[in-house]
Amino acid sequence: MNIFIGIVITLGTLFVLLAAVGLIRMPDTYLRISVNTKAATLGVGLLLGGVAFYFYDLSTTSRTFVIVLFLFLTAPVGAHLIGRASYFIGNKLWDKSQMDDLKGKYQRNSHVLKSEIDDTPEDNIDHTKM
Amino acid sequence: MTLAEYCRIVILPILAFSVILILVRFFRGPSIADRIVALDLLITTVIGIIGVYTITSGSSTLLDTGMILALIAFLSTVALSYYLERRSKKK
Repeated sequence: MNIFIGIVITLGTLFVLLAAVGLIRMPDTYLRISVNTKAATLGVGLLLGGVAFYFYDLSTTSRTFVIVLFLFLTAPVGAHLIGRASYFIGNKLWDKSQMDDLKGKYQRNSHVLKSEIDDTPEDNIDHTKM
Repeated sequence: MTLAEYCRIVILPILAFSVILILVRFFRGPSIADRIVALDLLITTVIGIIGVYTITSGSSTLLDTGMILALIAFLSTVALSYYLERRSKKK
């Protein structure tokens, strides 16, 4: 049982370390948000799962379960909000990014999302021309 | 080597090193969105450190603090991105 807990905790620690290295090495704000959402949430989930297996107790298990559930629920919401805000304040994409699906579809002043590029192109956010 | 010793000798230094890497991004980040992302990841890593500390110390008291920290991380991300977006929005 202890060996199983050790393997789970080591995996979680490696995922947290990979998230930190990715936060340093990623070239773009949006890729950093991606690292923050997926790798760190999985790493902390594995760590707290190891804690729950170590104590094997109702109170500890319920508390770790609540923390992991809260992290899994709020990580996509927070990542979406900060990605949207950083698109509005004009963070550019990485110059080797292949495509930008939102190009020209957000209105610059009213923050309305349109499904296609309309006839007022000066109001649209376009990161290739800024 | 027991599991608590393994956590204290191997796991906690790796987590401390990742905290240092996240702090480098926090102080160096080009835009304010990078800093907010680094702050969120920092609090998430601290929750993991609290989980490992409960194994090394043997008492699960600090897990309540981890719950509050998860709440604070989400609320700070939401509030900061909300005001960041409001700042660029013109009426």
